[in-house]
Amino acid sequence: MTAVQARGLTKRFGGLTAVDGIDLDIPEGVCYGLLGPNGAGKTTTIRMIQAVSPPSDGRLTVLGLDAATDGRTLRGRVGVVPQEDNLDPDFTVRDNLRIYARFYNVPGDQADARADELLTFLNLEEKRDARIDELSGGMKRRLVVARSLMNDPKMLILDEPTTGLDPQARHALWDTIRRLRRQGKTILLTTHYMDEAEMLCDELVVIDRGRILEHGDPRGLIAKHCGSEALEFVTDEDTQKMDAIVAALDGVPHERLPDRVVAYGSGLEGLQHRIRDAHDVDESVLRRATLEDVFLRLTGRALRD
Amino acid sequence: MTDATAAGVRAMVGRNFEVYKKTWKVNALPPLAEPFLYLIAMGYGLGALIEEVQGIPYIRFIAPAIVAITMMQTAFMETTYSSYVRMYFQKTWDAVMATPLTPTDILWGEVLWAAFRATINAALMSLVVAAFGLLSYPTAFLIPVLAFAIGMMFAGIGLYVSSRVRVIDQFSYAFFLFITPQFLFSGTFFPLEQLPDAARAVAVALPLTHAVQLVRGAALGDWPDIAPWSVVYVAVAAYVVPALAVRTMRRRIVH
Ligand SMILES: Nc1ncnc2c1ncn2[C@@H]1O[C@H](COP(=O)(O)OP(=O)(O)OP(=O)(O)O)[C@@H](O)[C@H]1O
Ligand SMILES: [Mg+2]
Repeated sequence: MTAVQARGLTKRFGGLTAVDGIDLDIPEGVCYGLLGPNGAGKTTTIRMIQAVSPPSDGRLTVLGLDAATDGRTLRGRVGVVPQEDNLDPDFTVRDNLRIYARFYNVPGDQADARADELLTFLNLEEKRDARIDELSGGMKRRLVVARSLMNDPKMLILDEPTTGLDPQARHALWDTIRRLRRQGKTILLTTHYMDEAEMLCDELVVIDRGRILEHGDPRGLIAKHCGSEALEFVTDEDTQKMDAIVAALDGVPHERLPDRVVAYGSGLEGLQHRIRDAHDVDESVLRRATLEDVFLRLTGRALRD
Repeated sequence: MTDATAAGVRAMVGRNFEVYKKTWKVNALPPLAEPFLYLIAMGYGLGALIEEVQGIPYIRFIAPAIVAITMMQTAFMETTYSSYVRMYFQKTWDAVMATPLTPTDILWGEVLWAAFRATINAALMSLVVAAFGLLSYPTAFLIPVLAFAIGMMFAGIGLYVSSRVRVIDQFSYAFFLFITPQFLFSGTFFPLEQLPDAARAVAVALPLTHAVQLVRGAALGDWPDIAPWSVVYVAVAAYVVPALAVRTMRRRIVH
């Protein structure tokens, strides 16, 4: 079964079209990535999928439920980690979970047991009686994840769950996400970290300006858009040297940046030696092509917002 | 109340009640302490100069007004500053909107909680007023019922103001232009008859005027002629105003 099916999903805010007629098919049980630059429409899409924001147009089915008419039931089966933490500062860590359970009609004793279980699962037992403003950023994020699991959701939506976390906290959260996926939950994830998406996502879409640019699995997308390798030639921002390198590439797909040229393809080692020997290159690096390369090729390098 | 459910509204009221209970001692103190101040300063102090108003001692005249004013202030404060903080700064409503509750559940929950809190405060205050021997029974037992309806009315007005406000400081206008004039001119500390005709016509349109008439009627066991109209006014406003406010606020928070 599909967890999310969207057809022509559109959201307009006055004159701005934030989501512009997208189609999505998210299979059940996968970790699905929603990638795109700032302002691409990721959060707006997510808010429609969680039946909080009514679409301006299009059809949307989530876990077999129509988002337009079954919002209440749908929200009961989905857990959400929003982009901005919105923990309740009026309550302690544990009470944040217990009070939240009421909104899902979980009986009190069951809610207490579940809260304790999730505090253990997310390594927060020691902070159970702490106030929210006593928590670090990483702890807050973990608590929001715990809260999103209070209703034992079938699908978990994570909007930039690791932004602002240190490497330890990110890795711990990745482990948690992988465990939840193994438990059979469908996971919808947005992130600006391409290494994270490459590692966690079975499938993903790249959106920009409210439209889908590409979708597929990370390895497939890398192969399609970049081949297997990226070859970088670094110079000291000298245009003439750069021109010469570009000419020597002789049609190999590449990108030109102020201080470097990046070529994409497979079996580029020979090319690396040829150009390095014949031209004035400060440094040349042959590395594995990544999802970040794909992302930049698809969405360009111009700043957004 | 198109898409509100009893369970949803109850969950939201419950959330706010939990917060209240955590600091109940602090919350219960003002409604217990305030009437002492008013009754001593105005009842005994000012009352010594005034003696009787409309055939009753001045302290008996103002005691019910103080209780009615508390209903207004408690409910209005709750759906202005407190609700706004929950909505805008704490993002409490955003968090709840991700659960099965609808925005309508949340907003009716806020209004009912505000009315509930007005009832708690009015009841606590009535205990002090009763200790001064200023209540008639059994009509005084109607005060909590009145408090709930009057609380709904002012909670609705407060929520409507919140739906229009862009920065929190704008609430001070609502207090200055709406709450303070009512506090002074709604037949609270002197009878409406003292006002010039034009001013009296305005006063009779104000919600607190009707609240005061009814609470005073219940406290004294003696209903004024206007009482039936005041019942209609409060009963209609207790539903219509919140319903309107919920609709406008819903438009603000659903996007
Ligand atoms: N409530 C709103 N009213 C008006 N415009 C909005 C609203 N919400 C979002 N937008 C606009 O819609 C566009 C998409 O925003 P959205 O938050 O979905 O982007 P995003 O992909 O999540 O970006 P980011 O990576 O920065 O979180 C932006 O131009 C944003 O300004
Ligand atoms: Mg976003």
